[in-house]
Amino acid sequence: MFLKELTELSGVSGCEYEVRNYIKDKLALMGCDYYVDKLGNIIAHNKGRKQKTIMVAAHMDEVGLIVSNIDSDGFIKFQAVGGIDPRVLNSKAVYVGDKKIPGIIGSKAIHLMTSDEKEKAMPLDKMYIDIGTSSKAETEKLVSIGDYVSFNSKYVEFGNNLIKAKALDDRTGCSFILELLSMKLDADFYGVFTVMEEVGLRGAETAAYRLEPDLGIVLEGTVCADMPEVDEEDKSTLIGKGAVLSLMDNTTVYDIDLVRSIAKIADDNNIMYQYRKSSAGGNDAGAIHKTKSGAKTAAISVPCRYIHSPVCVASKNDIQSVLELTKLVILENQKGEDHV
Amino acid sequence: MFNSELMKKLSDCFGPSGREKMIRELIIDEIKDYADEITIDPLGNLIARKKGDGKKILFSAHMDQIGLMVTHVDEKGFLRFANVGGLNAKELPGLRMVFADGHEGVICCEELKENEKLTTSKLFLDVASTDKEFIKKNFRIGDMCVFKSDYYETDDCVICKAADDRVGCYILIEAIKNHPSTDNDVYYVFSVQEEVGCRGAKTAGYSIDPDIAVAVDVTATGDTPDGIKMDVKLGGGAAIKLKDNSLITHPLVKDLLTDLAEKNKIKYQYEILEFGGTDAGPIHTSREGVPSGVISIPTRNLHTSGEIFNKSDVEECVKLLIAAAGE
Repeated sequence: MFLKELTELSGVSGCEYEVRNYIKDKLALMGCDYYVDKLGNIIAHNKGRKQKTIMVAAHMDEVGLIVSNIDSDGFIKFQAVGGIDPRVLNSKAVYVGDKKIPGIIGSKAIHLMTSDEKEKAMPLDKMYIDIGTSSKAETEKLVSIGDYVSFNSKYVEFGNNLIKAKALDDRTGCSFILELLSMKLDADFYGVFTVMEEVGLRGAETAAYRLEPDLGIVLEGTVCADMPEVDEEDKSTLIGKGAVLSLMDNTTVYDIDLVRSIAKIADDNNIMYQYRKSSAGGNDAGAIHKTKSGAKTAAISVPCRYIHSPVCVASKNDIQSVLELTKLVILENQKGEDHV
Repeated sequence: MFNSELMKKLSDCFGPSGREKMIRELIIDEIKDYADEITIDPLGNLIARKKGDGKKILFSAHMDQIGLMVTHVDEKGFLRFANVGGLNAKELPGLRMVFADGHEGVICCEELKENEKLTTSKLFLDVASTDKEFIKKNFRIGDMCVFKSDYYETDDCVICKAADDRVGCYILIEAIKNHPSTDNDVYYVFSVQEEVGCRGAKTAGYSIDPDIAVAVDVTATGDTPDGIKMDVKLGGGAAIKLKDNSLITHPLVKDLLTDLAEKNKIKYQYEILEFGGTDAGPIHTSREGVPSGVISIPTRNLHTSGEIFNKSDVEECVKLLIAAAGE
């Protein structure tokens, strides 16, 4: 079970080294061949029966913050890296920089807010990180401008087979690829751990350029909207209802024959699945399917409530469904005589 | 002579972005006797080649049209949907839609509260059935539908859906049928997924690696009441694009097309579009760069079920494309 450890590592876009080092260690233990490309993607190879080049991708990076200024009292100002919702930041515990200095995101207390301010989400520039220092000089000993900030949130199991953690988008995907590689399937595929997805699918583009896959499979944590006040038709995915198959989002119109073939594999093997009803958002598939001469690409995801927050929630049953389905899709696509 | 029968067939054929199979088959059927080689790439682009040892030329028109994708089927059999390409929610209520298999529906709107904004999430498709089994069997999440409207023409103009960019496909088909004698190695690309971000053109541009590229697509006009300020008009001839949001036409291509139009007495007008883009966008930045331009068909009422263009403009575009193939 890699997921717990993966979610507790820091890896804001552009600063994925903790996650990368963890994955490299695990790959070495498994005896799996891999290399790290110039942007920092890990490309691991599972050798086996081969009909086509398959690229299975998940991104190592998570959304977070970056230190932009230290004020005269030692408070830290910051900017967002990736799609951060300002509403979730206030009063959260964070780690700052390589030394993981603990901090708290603070803002003006409710007592001091004007009625206007109370009605709106606190904007980013009105918040700051407090690391408990009392002067600029003291803060500067511990933190520099450019340091990355990630949420401080433990992996917790709760409720009806659910988990809570930060960065389930997309450490779930990373854990799936590690699990798949550890199975030593007799089916050839590249397991690619990409960088900088959250800031524009940047790692996936260079990795796909190198691999020139015939088939891309992107493993993701995706938006779940099964909460109160959401109309049935707007519930993009539902927790506990199985692996999510994407049909269309802002970056990709998924090859419909490929999507339906994956749905059929799920049907034939009694694996729970659902279609993603929202066409918003995007993922590494957007970069992979357009690389060079193009590649058919699918996305299989885990529904995550409260995504991009320190308290993402997912179902262990859904996680199992995605893993099982992905394994079968890889095996199915490399079935038959070896064509290397 | 304008081939109305071909244009009607192209306009009536189903093919929203990502679901171009039927329109691709129709076009293959039209051109198979004229191309030296026909390939379909991983994203579904149809690439017809007229072989030669000379300059490598890419012509591109997109097969896909705007449409809707079913995202939810409710208990009562009403369908919710997402846009495929640029549709305006305000213009949708009341429109008839048709699916690949011929089933139809009409777009309806929930009762809006006072001052409530009309968005796609307030709209639904009524597919005219109270039979739950029928709905379950025939409408699935992921199915797409397109405008349903009849082809109509006057002596000089056409009203139809998906003129964007089936009229471009028409021009490429007419050009390949009348391909000039030349050493040029010419690739006629019928691309996929233009309406969602020129995605097919990106991969086709990469795999063909041309010396020069010309996209053929519709453009807006400035000749309607209180319309946008723009010099392009219906009946003004082939429009040679100078600029849009995705491309500044390479001077070499601008000069080439202009000279060809002058030399062959082809009626033309220059076009500057202050929004939008075409397949030439991703193609011109492909690999190490490709000098690119666009021949545009002036079209009114874009992205609606009744787009209007002028037949003689189309014929001028065909002449200009044939001249470019032989140059």
